[in-house]
Amino acid sequence: MKPHGLLAMYPTAELLADAMRRLRAAGYSHFEAYTPYPDEEVDDLLPAKPTPIGWVVLIAGLLGGAGAYFMQWYAAHDYAINVGGRPLHSWPSFVPITFELTVLTGSFVGAFALFVLARLPRLDHPLFQSPQFLRASQDRFFVCVLASEPHYAQPNTRDLLSDGAENIEEVNL
Amino acid sequence: MSESAQTELLGPGETVETVNTAISRIPLEHPRPRFWWLSFGAAFLLLMMLMASISYLFVRGIGVWGVNVPIAWGFAIVNFVWWIGIGHAGTFISAILLLLHQKWRTSINRFTEAMTLFAVACAGLYPLLHLGRPQYAYWLAPYPDTMGLWPQFRSPLVWDVFAVSTYGSVSLLYWYVGLIPDLATLRDRASTLFKRRIYGVMSMGWRGDARHWRHYEKLYILLAGLATPLVLSVHSIVGMDFAVAILPGWHSTIFPPYFVAGAIFSGFAMVLTLVIPLRAVYHLEAYITNRHLELMGKVLMTTGWMVAYGYFSEFFTAWYSGDKYEQFVAMNRAIGPYAGEFWTLVFCNILAPQFLWSRRLRTNAISLFIVALIVNVGMWVERFVIVITSLHRDFLPSSWGMYHGTRWDWATFIGTIGLFLSLLFLFIRFLPAISITEMRQMAAKQGASE
Repeated sequence: MKPHGLLAMYPTAELLADAMRRLRAAGYSHFEAYTPYPDEEVDDLLPAKPTPIGWVVLIAGLLGGAGAYFMQWYAAHDYAINVGGRPLHSWPSFVPITFELTVLTGSFVGAFALFVLARLPRLDHPLFQSPQFLRASQDRFFVCVLASEPHYAQPNTRDLLSDGAENIEEVNL
Repeated sequence: MSESAQTELLGPGETVETVNTAISRIPLEHPRPRFWWLSFGAAFLLLMMLMASISYLFVRGIGVWGVNVPIAWGFAIVNFVWWIGIGHAGTFISAILLLLHQKWRTSINRFTEAMTLFAVACAGLYPLLHLGRPQYAYWLAPYPDTMGLWPQFRSPLVWDVFAVSTYGSVSLLYWYVGLIPDLATLRDRASTLFKRRIYGVMSMGWRGDARHWRHYEKLYILLAGLATPLVLSVHSIVGMDFAVAILPGWHSTIFPPYFVAGAIFSGFAMVLTLVIPLRAVYHLEAYITNRHLELMGKVLMTTGWMVAYGYFSEFFTAWYSGDKYEQFVAMNRAIGPYAGEFWTLVFCNILAPQFLWSRRLRTNAISLFIVALIVNVGMWVERFVIVITSLHRDFLPSSWGMYHGTRWDWATFIGTIGLFLSLLFLFIRFLPAISITEMRQMAAKQGASE
């Protein structure tokens, strides 16, 4: 049985943050945290990159808006209706649909990006084998030191986690 | 927000575990089954009435409705505007109040978002039914037409197609993204394998990974930021459906903002109408406190004054324009054949909310419920007056007419109330009506500060 990682459970976000601080101080970088609601302190201690979702939504929204504007401009010329010589490129009346499609593409591409970045849907995960892990969505805070961590095999990994932990177990793949 | 105000938004002694239990037990354990079955059953019967009236409409054509020239826009448009306006309070609460850091939105946002979705579903039906030939509804979409035709993108009616469909889709997405962590909670608390699997699939295997939360929170705030101008644009465009027509009584620049205010006004009335009985039935007083009701009452009063300003402005503009047709329509509204409807709306929308100046009435669930019901009626009558009185006396007296809904008009309208309530009861039965994740965070903060 190959291990997935060492999973420790804490009763509060503060105790989880303390454990994460100890891991970072000891030079660990391959660990993940699991919380029942987003917590700023835990987020600050996470060994992960900032989220690119803001950029994704911005670019998708701009492209969607540009596409919508182009569609209306194209339609106005492709099927030209001459109303007393008024300009075909009547941009003020193209604004509402441009705006609506900016919002539509920005939101949907943003949500799609969330699922891609989070690798969801993923209905099975090694951590779901732990009966304790059911509480990650309810009232407990977890840290998991991954087996890919270079210091993983060291005996003091468990000691780093033990302060305040209610349960520590090794979860297999 | 001060400590005491924070506590008032959540009952004393609430912890993360009491929140988890109290909210998730409604979908998981189905408490008060008799109430649920009776209410859902009644709503379902009305839904069947809607199906029957739609079938009859499709067989006989829109002649079964009382619409004809000069009043070609009848109940269908009145109901469309009424329903879509109701939806707006949901987005206002969940998106705009989120951006304004109003913590009191937390316990009502999920429920009102669901209300938005179902109200938009009811609203969206009407333009399709009103087409007369609903099989050609796709002509409104820009699709590769063999004859090289395009929708007329300069028309507010086409803007409306884009606005309402974007609004419906983005509201659904926002609601679902908000639900994902709660569905994971339900999965992990479910008692049977079947429920665990259903909620597990719906939650997409969410496991509360802190890296996922980072993406999630960013997306959620961005969706709120996108939904905020969206909700304002939707009812502005509905307002322009009227304002762009060169018709006395409709052709007015006040329409877009006045429609948005009216939408939020009627939406808050509907939220109160639904939330007050719901919290009594499911004993949610610890989460939807009297403070919530009071704050919603204040919003109702404020938006009521904005709407009153809209009415005033219509009359002022008619007088100040010097246009005799505008003046005729304005006077005809107040003292013409539809004067009864006009003064009903003045009573319901301007006078009734004034009772809420009293703090005692504002914090009392029953008086608030009565005022909210009156406003619901008033806002429907308002749309009736705007649509019908502007149309019923055309420029030539030879094209004057009267319109009152036929029994099929009423059956369709009451039927959509059935559709709305059926969906709402299914939502309460199977999904968490209050955001467990956000309430949990609130309870943890309250516990830490004690």
